[in-house]
Amino acid sequence: MRIGVFVCQCGTNIASTVDTERVAEAARRLPDVVYSTTYVYTCSEPGQQEIQRAIEAYNLQGVVVAACSPRMHEPTFRRAVEKAGLNRYMFEMANIREHVSWISNDREANTKKAIELVRMAVAKLRFNQPLFPSRVAINKRVMIIGGGVAGIQAALDCADAGLQVVLVERKASIGGKMAQLDKTFPTIDCSSCILGPKMVDVAQKENITLYAYSEIESVSGYVGNFTVKIRKKATYVDWTACTGCGVCMEKCPSRKVLDEFNEELSFTRAISIPFPQAIPKKATINPKYCLHFTKGKCGICSKVCPAKAIRYDMTDEVVTEEVGAIIVATGYDLFDPSAYGEYGAGQYRDVITGIQYERILSASGPFGGHIKRPSDGKEPKDVVFIACVGSRDASVGRPYCSGVCCMYIAKQAILTKDHIPDSRCYVFYMDIRAPGKNYDEFVRRAQEEYGVQYIRGRVGKIYPKGDRLVVQGMDTLLGVQIEVEADLVVLATGIEASKGARELAEKLHISYDQYGFFMENHPKLRPVETNTAGIYLAGACQGPKDIPASVAQGSAAASKVLALFARDTIETSPQVASVNERACIACGKCIEVCPYGAIRWKELKGGIKKAEVLATVCQGCGLCNATCPPKAIQLQHATDNQILAEIEELCA
Amino acid sequence: MEEKSTTSANEMKIIGFLCNWCSYGGADTAGVSRLKQPTDLRVIRIPCTGRMDPLFVLKALISGIDGVLVSGCHPKDCHYAVGNFYARRRLEVLKEFLPFLGIDADRFHYTWVSASEGQRWQEVVTEFSQRIHELGRNPGVGTKTKTENSVEAY
Repeated sequence: MRIGVFVCQCGTNIASTVDTERVAEAARRLPDVVYSTTYVYTCSEPGQQEIQRAIEAYNLQGVVVAACSPRMHEPTFRRAVEKAGLNRYMFEMANIREHVSWISNDREANTKKAIELVRMAVAKLRFNQPLFPSRVAINKRVMIIGGGVAGIQAALDCADAGLQVVLVERKASIGGKMAQLDKTFPTIDCSSCILGPKMVDVAQKENITLYAYSEIESVSGYVGNFTVKIRKKATYVDWTACTGCGVCMEKCPSRKVLDEFNEELSFTRAISIPFPQAIPKKATINPKYCLHFTKGKCGICSKVCPAKAIRYDMTDEVVTEEVGAIIVATGYDLFDPSAYGEYGAGQYRDVITGIQYERILSASGPFGGHIKRPSDGKEPKDVVFIACVGSRDASVGRPYCSGVCCMYIAKQAILTKDHIPDSRCYVFYMDIRAPGKNYDEFVRRAQEEYGVQYIRGRVGKIYPKGDRLVVQGMDTLLGVQIEVEADLVVLATGIEASKGARELAEKLHISYDQYGFFMENHPKLRPVETNTAGIYLAGACQGPKDIPASVAQGSAAASKVLALFARDTIETSPQVASVNERACIACGKCIEVCPYGAIRWKELKGGIKKAEVLATVCQGCGLCNATCPPKAIQLQHATDNQILAEIEELCA
Repeated sequence: MEEKSTTSANEMKIIGFLCNWCSYGGADTAGVSRLKQPTDLRVIRIPCTGRMDPLFVLKALISGIDGVLVSGCHPKDCHYAVGNFYARRRLEVLKEFLPFLGIDADRFHYTWVSASEGQRWQEVVTEFSQRIHELGRNPGVGTKTKTENSVEAY
């Protein structure tokens, strides 16, 4: 084989701590290497042209580039060698930046290490074979998991482009957290007025299939061809018949059901429609409270329903959908403030969370849009807001900033002043984080125009005094202790990963970070893609986000799906397992271990059985390769010989 | 290689088998964050720790490599769903088996590092490299190893 080695200096990223000339010189002495050189930026256009020129001039059959991580530029260089007529798998990379030049300043040790990594890459390359991808058809349907604003935006964008869309929502209505909000910062737009029309659009688009009150059961397949099983949870109401008239809800005798949509500030019935603008506007029975299920008697809803839609014998149903791509938009949950015992959340009724205050402010909320305290229904005059409850606090496992709380506090303080002009609002904060368009101006308006008092410092304790609460804190700017008597305390609880996010990630084979947020493929350059081809992210499931950012990412995910679906077929990686039939002893162990069901029996003449790999299903993990007793099944591009060649080179 | 510095002269031969999805990414993250690490380790990228044939570890240790480190995705977070569970079983058995071959089991270590855990990767590499430096050169199988010596003494 005629091999060329290109050692990248990466400007000074590599060259400052690795003697690249010496690496190139050492490479020149390796067997089969006929050409080696250094280049300042190998990934640049002239750098790639230099590789292509050398392939032609020296008749190269294989190329090694010693540069950054292959996770960064392997695809770039594979395309470059392919342009010059080489097979893209006749290429290897040695990572001498992330693994060498950036982790040590010892030039001598680094150079020696770089030389050894190049030697290993050359040793492996000598066993490389040209590989050719196969093509599979794309099923041009998309599934969106989560019907919050990010998922709705993605669904509408895909549907507008003519795709068949399957939208799966865990709750009985789409809308997500945004549907619970009263107004939105920094424009004080009415949240349900701007979200409502989009929700109605989802219901009216013929090419959107909505599965509300449904969860993902299992996911199999691969980009272009996923099979998803969806569990439609029993609602005990036939939604095709239900008209959403609400008569059942009026007549239901079980009235002590805490209303989840109103953040448990009010009661709903055992049979209920989640909120007036719900999509779909259908009733659902909560069997935990329904007297028919708990006591075995009552059947009032069934008697009064004009559409005869009640089905007490309904059970969960699992349906299967085939799609080519999946957008995950499962949103977030809010931090449980009971971790801060000193704030008394859950203990004092007038210490509430930010989202509860949203419901109190909302005209469709528990008090019809009049600000009242949960304890006695009195109008509060002194309202204290506490920022960073479950944000930027490593002691409760939430060292990250939730990004939205500073803004929603400012909004809620402004709204409080609008509702009750003679009220006084106090905000205890650590720092103001307002880095969006018109955001800082908005916070300043709260301070200057509305006279909201901002106190920089944390609250140490809240205790009751009569029917009021005393908030004890520190003003760190003045260096004095401060006590504020309040009628109502609002805790700005932070954003955390949605409950069940980890389980869903495991079903989808996507990664999540230490806090449970889903991981993007690259934090800067691939913020929408996951590590699994064909699965994309939108909204706060990837990390704390406000509404504009969630909507933008929903559209971005939709555009990624459209780009994927612009072609009729996709290439599948040829880095898959393949069976040497002469060596296969038909033990079936590979079939047993394969997580994807990508290996099956094949019958030869005379009834002889052999294992066979379905190249388009195989994901290239190599479990079968390690399992196979006679090593008859080999993972292409990571064969035993290739890995052993690297080991042996280092032993030499 | 004329001017040998003290560090590289004392360098141990350590191989790291890193899965492409988590630990290789974690090592990249550590590099991008410029987290300083010992330079003894040479990384071989494998698709998944499930690809790890115990033979690879044995081949290396028998041939005189001073230490072998295997690192993959955390259990239950494997890119291939279950690959690291198979790896854990195989590598745990291997660890028990090494002393019977006259190889100090401390020369082999497997662990889990995710793509976001650059700092954890730095700790893993630093600790393992230190451990191998303390153990000193691997005499290889066939010559006298620590285990054989102790048997003779017995």
